[in-house]
Amino acid sequence: MGSQTLFEKIWNQHVVREEPDGTTLLYIDRHLVHEVTSPQAFEGLRLAGRTPRRAKAALAVPDHNVPTTDRKQGISDPMSALQISTLENNCAEFGISYYGMQDIRQGIVHVIGPEQGLTLPGMTIVCGDSHTSTHGAFGALAFGIGTSEVEHVLATQCLVQKRPKTMEIRVEGILPDYCSPKDVILAIIGRIGIGGGIGQVVEYTGSVIRSFSMEGRMTLCNMSIEAGARAGLVGPDEKTVAYVKGRPLSPQGDMFAQASQAWLDLKSDPGARFDKVVELRGEDIPPQVTWGTNPGMVTDVTGRVPNPADIEDEKVRSATQRALDYMGLTPSISVCDIKIDRVFIGSCTNSRIEDLRVAAKYVQGKHVSEKVKAMVVPGSGLVKQQAEEEGLDRIFREAGFEWREPGCSMCLAMNADVLTPGERCASTSNRNFEGRQGKGGRTHLVSPAMAAAAAVAGHFVDIRDWA
Amino acid sequence: MQAFTTLTGTVAPLDRADVDTDQIIPKQYLKTIQRTGLKEGLFADWRQRPDGTLDPDFFSNQSQYQESSILLTRDNFGCGSSREHAPWALLDYGIRSILAPSFADIFYNNCFQNGILPVVLTAQAIQTLFDRVLSKHTYQVTVDLAEQVIALPEGERYTFTVDPFRKDCMIKGLDGIGLTLQYEPAISAYEARRSREAPWLF
Repeated sequence: MGSQTLFEKIWNQHVVREEPDGTTLLYIDRHLVHEVTSPQAFEGLRLAGRTPRRAKAALAVPDHNVPTTDRKQGISDPMSALQISTLENNCAEFGISYYGMQDIRQGIVHVIGPEQGLTLPGMTIVCGDSHTSTHGAFGALAFGIGTSEVEHVLATQCLVQKRPKTMEIRVEGILPDYCSPKDVILAIIGRIGIGGGIGQVVEYTGSVIRSFSMEGRMTLCNMSIEAGARAGLVGPDEKTVAYVKGRPLSPQGDMFAQASQAWLDLKSDPGARFDKVVELRGEDIPPQVTWGTNPGMVTDVTGRVPNPADIEDEKVRSATQRALDYMGLTPSISVCDIKIDRVFIGSCTNSRIEDLRVAAKYVQGKHVSEKVKAMVVPGSGLVKQQAEEEGLDRIFREAGFEWREPGCSMCLAMNADVLTPGERCASTSNRNFEGRQGKGGRTHLVSPAMAAAAAVAGHFVDIRDWA
Repeated sequence: MQAFTTLTGTVAPLDRADVDTDQIIPKQYLKTIQRTGLKEGLFADWRQRPDGTLDPDFFSNQSQYQESSILLTRDNFGCGSSREHAPWALLDYGIRSILAPSFADIFYNNCFQNGILPVVLTAQAIQTLFDRVLSKHTYQVTVDLAEQVIALPEGERYTFTVDPFRKDCMIKGLDGIGLTLQYEPAISAYEARRSREAPWLF
C-alpha cells in the first residue's frame, strides 16, 4: 500500500464500495443528533416509510436551544419547546438513545460524545453540526453534515463521498507560558485564512500538538471548520487511550485491550505524503484576539486593529472597513484598549473542565469589572457537577460570574442568552460572524484565560504580564 | 428532489466574500421543524438596516431581483454552520443556481441535496458577470448542466466542472437514499466483516 496518512487509513477502512470515478459509499460508525438539524430528517424517514438502519449507532441530545437558567420552569419559548419535544418524540419512535434536559449526561453534543466514550479513535463520526470536527482529536474522521445527510445516515448508515485532499499543519517548538490550544488554532486560521482548508482534511502534528491534553486537542480540532477544513485530526497516542478508558460507552476488558492496540497503530506512516504542509512555531504564538467578523480576522494581544488605509488590495480593504464598522472599532487601536461589556465562557470549543479550571484561576479572589456582565456555561451536566465538586462554581460566583446550566447558549444565541445591539463580548466560542451572538452584537474570540482576565479588567489584557 | 437540466434566469448580485450561513439565515429562523417557508429569514439581518428600515441597496429588496433564480457572489460562499436551512431559504426565494469562485464544503454539498446547482467559475469570469449585472437593470444567463456551460447573452460561454455522480443525480432528480439502499447487500457485507475486525464498533 505504500506510506499512508492517518486520514487515508481511516478512510480506507470505511469504504463500502467505490465507483471508478472515485465516488465512495463511506460507512459511518457513529451519529450524533441534536434538535435543530434533525426534525426534517426524521420527517423524511416517516414520509418514505423508512426506519434507522442502526438506531444504536446514534445518540441524541438537545443543546442548541435549551435554557441555561432554572430548568424546572420548562422552556418559555414555544418554538424552542416544540423543537425539543419533537426530538424526544422522534427518538422514542425510532429507538434512539436520548439524554433529555433533566439528565445529568445532557450537554453540548461535542462535549458529551467524548465524555461518554461514544467517540473512539479510528471511527467515522457525523452530526448535523459543523463543529463535529471536534471529535478528530481522538483520531476519528468526524465532520458536519446537512439535514438531508442526517436522514441518509439514519436510513443507510452510509454517506456518498469523494475523497478529500489532505493537509498537514505542523506546530513544533514550545508554546509560550499562558498560551493555549485556542491561541494556536486562532493563529492557524489567521495564517491560512477561513477558506484555507476547503476540500481538505487537516492532520495536526508536531511537538506542540503532542503536548496538548485531549481537551486541548478537542479545542484545536473543533475550529478546523473555521479554516474551511472538512475535518481535523490528531493521531491517537497513550493520552488518547487513557482518556477513553473506562468511559460508559467505550469498550471494556479484553475488548479494550484489543481496541487500544489497533488505535495506537493508527498514525501517519513516515514518508506519508500530504497534499499541502503548513508549519508554525509555538514560540511565535502569543495570546490571540479576533477583531473582525470572521475567525481569520485575528491578531496578537500585543497587536493593533488594522487600518484599512494601509491595505493595498481593494477587496481586503473594503472587507476590513466593513468589519471595523460593524465592530465599532477605530482603526489602529491597540487590542488591549478595547473595552468589553460581556464575557461568555462556554461552547463546544471551550466549556470543558480544564477550560473552567484555567478561567477560575484568573478570577479567584478578584471581581468582574462593574461594567461587565459575565457568565459561565459548562459544556455538560457532568462538567458542571465536576466543577462544583472542585468548588469552581463558588470561585466564579464570588467573582461576579453567573453560573449556568449546560448548553450551546450564547455561542449561537438561539436561546435567551443573547447580546443586545452594540454590546461587545469577549467569548471563548468559535464564531465572531455578524449577529452570531445576537443581532448587532460584537464578538471577540479568545481563550478561557484571556476571557476571564478581560472580565476582571473590563478590557483585553496580555495575560502573560497580568497574572 | 426537483431535477435540474437547464435554467435561464435573472442574476442577482451579492458582492461580498466569505458570506457565512449565519447571514444567509440567522439563528432565529432555525426554530422550525419544517423545511419550507424559510424565505422570510433569507439574509434577514442584511435586508434590514440597524434602524429597522429596509436597505434599498440589498438585492432582495430590489424589484428587478424578485424573480431571480441565479445568485452571483464571491469566494467561500456558505462558510460556517452546516445548517441546511441556508439552501432551503435560498430555494424558497427561488434561487436554483449560485455562481461563485469558491464555496464552503458543507454548503456546497447541501445545495446538491436540494436541487440547487453551485457553479465554480474563475474569479475573472465572476468579475465580468458582476460588471454586466451591475451595469444593466436586469441581466439573464443560461445555466446548462448537461453541457456544463454558463451562456451569456453577449455570446461568451463559461464552462464549469461538476462531479459526474452529482450531475447525474441532479439531471434525473434522483433520491440519494434510494440509490444507496440499492447497495444494501454491500453494506451488510461490510458490517459483517467489520464487526469481526473491530468488534468494539458494533
